Amino acid sequence: MKLYVRYLSMLLKSQLQYRASFFMTAAGQFLVSFTAFLGVYFLFSRFHSVEGFSFPEVLICFSVMLTSFSVTECFARGFDAFPKLIRSGELDRILVRPKGVIFQVLTSQMEFTRIGRFLQAVLMLGYAVPNCGVVWTADKILTVVLMIIGGIAVFTSLFVLYAGISFFTIEGLEFMNIFTDGSREFGKYPLSVYGETVLKFFTYVIPTALVQYYPLLYLVGRSDDRRLMLLPLIGFVFFLPCYGFFRYGLRSYRSAGS
Amino acid sequence: MIQLENISKTFRVARREAGLKAAAKALFRKEYTEIKALQNLSFTIGDGEMVGYIGPNGAGKSSTIKIMSGVMTPDSGSCVINGHVPWKERKEHVREIGVVFGQRSQLWWDVPVIDSFELLRDIYRVEQQAYGRNLRELTELLDLGDIVRTPVRQLSLGQRMRCEIAASLLHDPEILFLDEPTIGLDAVSKIAVRDFIRTVNREKGTTVILTTHDMQDIEALTERILLIGKGQILLDGSLSALKSRYSTKRTLTVDYDGNALGEAEHITVLQDHCGHAKLLIDTAEISVSQAIAAISAQAEIRDLSVTGESVEETVVSLYQEFAI
Repeated sequence: MKLYVRYLSMLLKSQLQYRASFFMTAAGQFLVSFTAFLGVYFLFSRFHSVEGFSFPEVLICFSVMLTSFSVTECFARGFDAFPKLIRSGELDRILVRPKGVIFQVLTSQMEFTRIGRFLQAVLMLGYAVPNCGVVWTADKILTVVLMIIGGIAVFTSLFVLYAGISFFTIEGLEFMNIFTDGSREFGKYPLSVYGETVLKFFTYVIPTALVQYYPLLYLVGRSDDRRLMLLPLIGFVFFLPCYGFFRYGLRSYRSAGS
Repeated sequence: MIQLENISKTFRVARREAGLKAAAKALFRKEYTEIKALQNLSFTIGDGEMVGYIGPNGAGKSSTIKIMSGVMTPDSGSCVINGHVPWKERKEHVREIGVVFGQRSQLWWDVPVIDSFELLRDIYRVEQQAYGRNLRELTELLDLGDIVRTPVRQLSLGQRMRCEIAASLLHDPEILFLDEPTIGLDAVSKIAVRDFIRTVNREKGTTVILTTHDMQDIEALTERILLIGKGQILLDGSLSALKSRYSTKRTLTVDYDGNALGEAEHITVLQDHCGHAKLLIDTAEISVSQAIAAISAQAEIRDLSVTGESVEETVVSLYQEFAI
């Protein structure tokens, strides 16, 4: 853990070497998310509710997903940029150091400019929390926290899966964006608005709905089933197959060696 | 102690014809060719040895280094280095080795070198006292002085390479793998790097395995040479034995007065112009003194020098002999 902090401060120092670029990218990240927010805002200025969810309720959903995604993008950036790590030979360097591969990939890169996106998410959350009509008891607060943590787990798992696939193909990677960026974009609205099939897909294949739609039902009082608030924890279980696949890819990399 | 026995490695390489049509076809069905990168490779390197590992491009040098440093798993065969199987006990193994890839950096690009060193200290869990001692020694021997306070991106290639080598020695490795450590360096830096490698080998007893295309590196550093070609060890011996075996050719450079030199038996005239000639002889056929006698019979010699074949040429004739 001490070593992780050392890596973190080193990478932060590196990025602050290019101060103007850092702040402009961060501002850019903020603006991009802000336009997404505007999209939701204008939609609601016409329709007032989507599938029975009010504007602040959707904002909670959106901001939770955005928080999770920006945190993941910042700290699990190494897996997102993994193809580059393979191509540059950096992975070989990682393998000749006496530390775990996962740890070293995590610490190979961090993208602190995602603070822009994170800030946008926090602002939205700050607006939605007092306006959504939820009585904020301890278990509701816990639900939001679990949604965010579970979201980080799901996105991290997706990044690890993406890295695992890049051991086998570089060309076919674009389709993975459907799951990572797709989850984020779809995640703006409660996943039920896209219909049964999409909801099923994001429940049983990629468990995004488990950290977003179902706990949201409990949060806004559409369901009284307390078990829903614990569903985000399944996000952590999703990590296991993704991690297994990554190990499998790494093993084949080490036997193919190029 | 490094022991490799019957190491073999085969790669599958995707092949496709040029052109868009072939590219589209390759999306659905790939054709593979098998390349035998290493075939029954065996050798032993003792503690404290300094070995030059040479061979043309694609001979299997990097594959061997990758296997020995635990990056790659071979198909078959055994490899034991200081009691560890590199690819099975990766972490234990790599703690005891240092690796310099000449063309890739292990330093963090945007921060001063000393920050990278300190991070490496924590990665390898080097005791503060040992770290301090090593850093002082390395700074002095490699003349790093102010360089360590400079961000890596602002260093020259020679400065960077010195830092790379220092970085790979901070944790007192028992074995040092150097993959083309002098590539792209100017003459002064090359000599500094070579001197340093020699010092480390002599004073710390570090085993050094060096791959290079620069034959001067080999000549300056290594007593023992391993020649690899087409995935097999073709030759394992000392540099001097190799030289005497292959360089029976001598070049005579002659300044003389008189008419142009005529042909003589066993003497090939390479150049002959205005009283200045270059002649090639093979000492297996004619001794140097016989050749000189033959020349002085034809003309008045003003100046004469004899040069042997360089290591470079020796290696070329080796490659030719083994057809690699």
